[in-house]
Amino acid sequence: MLNKNPVWRYVVVLGVLLLAFLYALPNLYPEDPALNISASRGGVISTETTTSLSEQFTKENIDVKALALNEGRLLVRFNSTDDQLKARELASQFLGDNYITALDLAPTTPAWLTAIGASPMTLGLDLRGGVHFLLAVDMKAAIDKNLTDLAQTLRSELRENAIRYRSVQLDLAGAQIGINLRSNDDLAAAQAILKKYDRNLLISAKSDAQVLQVSLSELQLKQIREYALEQNITIIRNRVNEIGVAEPLVQRQGADRIVVQLPGVQDTAKAKEILGATASLEFRLVDEQGDIAAAQAGHVPANAELYVTRDGRPLLLEKRIMLSGEHITGANSSYDEYGRPQVNIKLDTKGGDMLFASSKNAVGRRMASVFIEYKPGTKVAENGTPILVKQQEVINDATIQMRLGRDFVISGLSSPGEAQNLATLLRAGALIAPVQIIEERTIGPSLGMENITLGVSAIIWGMAAVLVFMLVYYKAFGMVANIALVANLVLIVGVMSMIPGATLTLPGMAGIVLTVGMAVDANVLIFERIREELADGRSAQQAIHFGYDRAFATITDSNITTLLVALILFAVGTGPVKGFAVTLAIGIITSIFTAVVGSRLLVNLIWGGRRLQSLPV
Amino acid sequence: MQIFQFSQPLNFMRIKWLAVGLSGLLVVLSLVSVAIKGINWGLDFTGGTVVELGFTQAADLSAVRQTLSKAGFDDAVVQLFGTSRDVLIRIPLRADIDQTKVGEVVLTAISAQHAEPVTMRRAEFVGPSVGEELKQDGGMAMLVSLLGILAYVAMRFEWRLSVGAVVALGHDVILTVGLFSVLQIEFDLTVLAAILALIGYSINDTIVVFDRIRENFRKLRDTSTTEIINVAITSTLNRTVITSLTTILVLVVLFYMGGALIHGFATALLFGVIVGTYSSIYIASAIAAILGISRDDMLPATVIEDVKSDGAVL
Repeated sequence: MLNKNPVWRYVVVLGVLLLAFLYALPNLYPEDPALNISASRGGVISTETTTSLSEQFTKENIDVKALALNEGRLLVRFNSTDDQLKARELASQFLGDNYITALDLAPTTPAWLTAIGASPMTLGLDLRGGVHFLLAVDMKAAIDKNLTDLAQTLRSELRENAIRYRSVQLDLAGAQIGINLRSNDDLAAAQAILKKYDRNLLISAKSDAQVLQVSLSELQLKQIREYALEQNITIIRNRVNEIGVAEPLVQRQGADRIVVQLPGVQDTAKAKEILGATASLEFRLVDEQGDIAAAQAGHVPANAELYVTRDGRPLLLEKRIMLSGEHITGANSSYDEYGRPQVNIKLDTKGGDMLFASSKNAVGRRMASVFIEYKPGTKVAENGTPILVKQQEVINDATIQMRLGRDFVISGLSSPGEAQNLATLLRAGALIAPVQIIEERTIGPSLGMENITLGVSAIIWGMAAVLVFMLVYYKAFGMVANIALVANLVLIVGVMSMIPGATLTLPGMAGIVLTVGMAVDANVLIFERIREELADGRSAQQAIHFGYDRAFATITDSNITTLLVALILFAVGTGPVKGFAVTLAIGIITSIFTAVVGSRLLVNLIWGGRRLQSLPV
Repeated sequence: MQIFQFSQPLNFMRIKWLAVGLSGLLVVLSLVSVAIKGINWGLDFTGGTVVELGFTQAADLSAVRQTLSKAGFDDAVVQLFGTSRDVLIRIPLRADIDQTKVGEVVLTAISAQHAEPVTMRRAEFVGPSVGEELKQDGGMAMLVSLLGILAYVAMRFEWRLSVGAVVALGHDVILTVGLFSVLQIEFDLTVLAAILALIGYSINDTIVVFDRIRENFRKLRDTSTTEIINVAITSTLNRTVITSLTTILVLVVLFYMGGALIHGFATALLFGVIVGTYSSIYIASAIAAILGISRDDMLPATVIEDVKSDGAVL
């Protein structure tokens, strides 16, 4: 017998390898140190700014390799990191606060490779430097807020249906609302009304005390949590964009966590300020009848609360919340027809309806916007994380000119700056649950570069050691295994570059090194089998044939179990470990392909077509 | 070239009780060490702050310690990391300070003490809840991996082999964790990854031997179970050793060239691969032999085929 393969198999394998090689190519082009400059608050960089900035660079003897203005963002490439750092200092001084300059590494992939969608592998933060935050959403706050709103709604529901109640008590610790009614008839009626209002509510009646206990169902709690998480992610994405990072990552992790990765950012203090200060917003009517002096002395009217404005003025506001910030879908500063600054606010449908109803009898009265911030305070909880302090402040109060709806305008602002500030605060205030930083990792750019060098040299030397070993031990067949091994590395890099979600990390590089060591296993199995078949007295061609065939089942079985472990690692791991799992899994699959399919074709091509007395194995 | 050439299969199973006894002893010692000395959990698991600083010259550790103690961090652990200019500072979780600011405070304090610029190479803060979850998730991952392997091997082979494989894997994991406990090497997230990779590696070795055991049961009709296991291990011994060698080769390279961050990872795998190679030769097969694996368990059921052919007469 002879071992020959149809031509199409060679074509397919060569095609796959060529494709992987093409997509792996961009990784060979070194990245340029660059500055990514953008205007804050959605502004655009003009060509004039660009020109004057480049003049500044020339004046300070900073070599600019390339300068490109694209969609209002400016990308400046430099020849060295030194130039980049100098230029950053210069640029941020020259441009001032309204621009954001971010350190970046710009790929230098040639145009023909970009055209086929090839790009270098995404590098993890441990390789490129930057900040990693893990944020936890305070779900208790989200649920408390919903319960508070619910209590308010229940009061008005009962009132509208003319059911008299003694009290509606909010029990946040027990996550329930107790309604004290006057009679058992009222109890039954109230129960029916509440069921009709929202049949997902859990309602239990204690008829001996005429009390209804209302709490949120599992489904509702789940919805609240999902909403709080989604909302936080959206808002953090917006904020992160305002930091001006080249490739920020904001991603959900688990039930209540958010991962934020800001490559290139070194100044964590600023990033934390932006991420950490979460806020919410409430619109309330000003209680103009109330006695402010008495309130300041401690006698606050029953339906009002005492607040302080930004400029320190005391103000009495009604307890009832007309509208809360989560219904705000947009807030922009602009000018009215007389050129006076104003803020345009857009609400969602529910918010529009609520405000339409609550402003019905309030035209001519004043409405205040209360900004609530949760900041990590000086006190620390038992588990070591700082307790969030609630800070409330009236950021604006204006007279309601007409009944308000989904779109309304706050005017009478003193300056465009104030309008812009208010708009920003209103947008930020749409959050319903604060977040907390529970993990933070900053990796300096020098360490990142060092890790890349270390990883690459470990891969090269590890590979070299294995190549020499295989050549010495298996001679010509060892050469085949070596070709398969090199092809395997190209495939791993190519596949990693193709998959958008795959990130290369330092443990990932260790994974590649490990794969290099383990990938020869398939070839070792095959070659040992071939030797055994030869020792059993089979002909050279039979030995090749049976060697590959019999080793195949073993290779599949042993690799499927390893793949299983890699998948579990991927499901459980986070960050760098996930990166490791990805490279391990990819390495297992590609090594089966190259060692079993690829090397067999090569062996058959060299030895398969003729009668042989012995094999160089 | 060939490492081993044997005319007769080696009698591995002769010392199976010795091997099982020795491994049992090592497992017990590992567990005792974990119970008494505990594990030197890394930042990922304990929570706290780690700051790595780069100095322009060899760093004076006692000066750094003094500075830190003046800044209020009496409990800081200061050590060199990789090179003499690289200093690693660990600060445990404390209730009275804002943990997210510790990194900045440390850098400011130390920069103030030194004329040359001190660069912040990395700063990591991990909250207390994160570490606890990580331990649970890590333990869960190991458990799920082992159960997954148990099920897969039981399905593809036989339950006695499956139990043997999982006992061998458990043995590898416990011994590696034991080594980290005895030497008090820091156990961080990459070590966890290494141990899981080790499970993947070690099962590979075991399956190769099992595959040969199954094949030999079918091929060698008049041979005893012990003999069959011995033949299987002997004939795969070359492969087992060569693969272990290439893997150890790259791991040694990784240990010396991969940098300090990867030391734990390389150590765990180096030790694990050696233990894993031993356990797939001795423990996995020995356990299966002790549990009484026999030819009847491994042969494909032929009865069903007979019934079919009978039915086909009509």
